[in-house]
Amino acid sequence: MAEKGQFDPAKWAAMIEPDTWQFYFLPGLQNTLTAAAYSIVLAMIFGLLFGVGRLARNPVIRGFCSLIVEFFRAVPVLIMMIAGWFTAALVLNVTPEDAPLFGVVIGLTLYNGSIIAELVRSGVHGLAKGQGEAALAIGMTRGQSLRSVELPQALIAMLPSLISQFVVILKDTALGYIITYPELLRSARLIGSNAPFPILQAFAVAAVMFIVINVVLSFVAGRLARRIGGRSGAAGKAAPRVGITTGLAGTADTRDETGNM
Amino acid sequence: MSDFLEVLSTYDIAGAYWVNLKLTFFAAIFAFVLGTVLAMMRISPIPSLQLAGAGYVNLVRNTPLTIVMASGILVLWPQLGIQFSDDFATNFFWLAVVALTIYHASFVTESIRSGVNTVPVGQAEAARAIGLAFLPAARLVILPQALRGAIAPLGNTLIALIKNSTVAAAASVPEISVLMRSMIENDANYVVPIFLTIAVGFVIIVVPVGLVTTYLSRRLAVSR
Repeated sequence: MAEKGQFDPAKWAAMIEPDTWQFYFLPGLQNTLTAAAYSIVLAMIFGLLFGVGRLARNPVIRGFCSLIVEFFRAVPVLIMMIAGWFTAALVLNVTPEDAPLFGVVIGLTLYNGSIIAELVRSGVHGLAKGQGEAALAIGMTRGQSLRSVELPQALIAMLPSLISQFVVILKDTALGYIITYPELLRSARLIGSNAPFPILQAFAVAAVMFIVINVVLSFVAGRLARRIGGRSGAAGKAAPRVGITTGLAGTADTRDETGNM
Repeated sequence: MSDFLEVLSTYDIAGAYWVNLKLTFFAAIFAFVLGTVLAMMRISPIPSLQLAGAGYVNLVRNTPLTIVMASGILVLWPQLGIQFSDDFATNFFWLAVVALTIYHASFVTESIRSGVNTVPVGQAEAARAIGLAFLPAARLVILPQALRGAIAPLGNTLIALIKNSTVAAAASVPEISVLMRSMIENDANYVVPIFLTIAVGFVIIVVPVGLVTTYLSRRLAVSR
């Protein structure tokens, strides 16, 4: 092992070996993307259900949905992941290999689902009032109006914020490292314990992979935000979280206002 | 129920929360300082400083906190030799503070910059017109107004920091998520009640912070 701080090309060379990729990085990346994909789908379902629930006329449904959303927003993702992991292993009798994935997906779904619920709600609130009124006036029920008139417009307007939220989900899959889910970071850690200790290098590669995926997604979100924001009318107004940019940065403050990061 | 309370009383839950709050306190102060400097760099007229600030924010914001945290104890300390104390626990605590600071400074920067966006351009132009250089203009005219506009996003960053202090588990700091894990491992029957107890603790800490910052951001808003 080289002296501290000394440049050792062999450690970097280990990062481009095919074996390092075949046995560590690629399976890790696959696990990361799997967990992110499950979480995104489930969080969308959760978010739509509870977001619409918070718009309900019935005060009991509305109150219940608000309580759930506010609760899960205030609890750290890691706490929910640990709870989900043990619930899967102890209560649901999931095998020990699968339980960490359950934990990651449960944690990410509950947390990001509640953020998406807020997005849905503010998206529908941001629509021009006439849209809902017009739907009611032509004889639609409240449900029909939401389904065919308000939600589709709100979802389009929400798209940039949703993609930013997917970036958050993807980033937070790295918390699976703590609950032993074999995602990208944990694979990098394993390389560190097998090869002659190139943890710095392995973490750097993992970080670069996260950064590349996230920067691409953020860029897409920024472009969409500008396109949708440029459109006048209801859709433009309903993108409340995509903030003002000074033109200094491409995708500024899309994640500032709900504090989810 | 009384059994469960007995189980709870055998653990130092308040002590574990206290570790989270200490992590949050130090990281919040350091991240605010670093974030303000970075925000000044980003709005400064010097292109290389702008680039450096933007680079920092975009790199750090897109890196998972877990990587930063794990790098603290696996790279900073063993490989790069950065050590804060000979005592393992204290060393890990400060490495965790460093990781939280590095990560959240980028969000503080963005919060302050969104605050700067609430200040009309005329204010900066007027400051320059009366002969103030960039730094005095920022310190005397722009920042005081920008910080008032940034209270709400800064509050959200603080809330995220409180919640993210649990990630210090990746740096083996004995905070609440580590305690929760050992609680569940020892008393597996009580998974759900243990989760609810810990979760309610966070609700109790986080919700008032949100209410106070919302109140302050309304109260202190610059009326225009």
